Amino acid sequence: MSRLYAKGRVLGFKRAKRNQRPDISLVQIEGVKTLADTEFYLGKRVAFVYRAKREVNGSKIRCIWGRITRAHGGSGAVKARFRNNLPAKSFGASVRVMMYPSRV
Amino acid sequence: MIENLTSSRLCLITIAAQLDIRNGSQGAGSVYGSRTPALFYNTNDTTTASPGLKHPAKAVFLQHNYPRNSLLAAGVNKYSRSQVIAKRVLYKRKPTGAIAINAPAANKTVEVKGAKNGGSRVIAAAKAPRFYAAEDVALPKKNRKHAGVAKLRNTIVPGTVLILLAGRYRGKRVVFLKQLESGLLLVSGPFKVNGVPLKRVNQAYVIATSTKVELDATKIDAQLNDAYFARPKATKKAATEEAFFEGEKKKEPLAENKVALQKATDKVILEAVNKVEHLRQYLSAKFSLSKGQAPHALQF
Repeated sequence: MSRLYAKGRVLGFKRAKRNQRPDISLVQIEGVKTLADTEFYLGKRVAFVYRAKREVNGSKIRCIWGRITRAHGGSGAVKARFRNNLPAKSFGASVRVMMYPSRV
Repeated sequence: MIENLTSSRLCLITIAAQLDIRNGSQGAGSVYGSRTPALFYNTNDTTTASPGLKHPAKAVFLQHNYPRNSLLAAGVNKYSRSQVIAKRVLYKRKPTGAIAINAPAANKTVEVKGAKNGGSRVIAAAKAPRFYAAEDVALPKKNRKHAGVAKLRNTIVPGTVLILLAGRYRGKRVVFLKQLESGLLLVSGPFKVNGVPLKRVNQAYVIATSTKVELDATKIDAQLNDAYFARPKATKKAATEEAFFEGEKKKEPLAENKVALQKATDKVILEAVNKVEHLRQYLSAKFSLSKGQAPHALQF
């Protein structure tokens, strides 16, 4: 097809055992398994695309944009900050990790 | 540093410190205040002037890139008024006379025709404003920041095949021509091959591949610069009621000279492209990620 983004999953919010910080979400990118691999994705823009019942600006599809800010842990997970915090409904949902801004 | 100060300065600093504690510290004010000397020492003397001076006031009055004085504490400067003046080394410089101050624009008197019109009118040089606000509203400061021109990645060289990541032509493989003065990259499909015209693209939205087309950078027309891509200004009178209700305007066909320039530029590119096997098909194919491909692992 014409996919120009890497697929990712929203794992949840940044959190400790009993408290969570919803301003930063954790994302797992497909194929990224080590800390070294995440370096490519830092700064890349992320889009959480979802559907809604009400039409806005001619479309029922909506999007929350964000950026990958840093790595999370040593196994390839990544922290992302979105323009508006992701809804908790997004846990486990797909996220699109674009290839821009490109540094290659 | 403190040792070099005179005892009087030290006293002043301690007094100032005491006042600070009592009154609450104020911000550092300008050392020169609002005085503007009428007679200047001009900068024809280049021996003492420092290079790289751009601001006209600096060039005349300061003649160097560093401030002559510094603030030690509130109201206490490192150098006294006479010491600062001594630093100007006036004995070495020759005054070249007063700077010409432009005479303020005078009011114009215009003759008016008509028997009962009073003969003449006085037109003020400074026009009175049409509107006076009821309350004084603070105006935001003007932004004087300018983003610098993005540095071209060393992987991007004239002739490099780039992958466009966003925009109408996302996924297309395209040939890089040159970087324009604004920092944007000038790029062409070529149009015949993949439908991408001469276009400006931001470096951040582009992946540079290792594939290169042998392109002579000098053969790119000098006409192609940021001004070439500027949008034509819409005439004000075009906004009639009819047009408003009609909706979108018809799209005008591309100017002939632009079509010709596209063809000429592409001709040069295609000559080089056709020499390499499969390169034309490569440029006409779109880039996309397939299953199992992770961008960080790809070698572009």
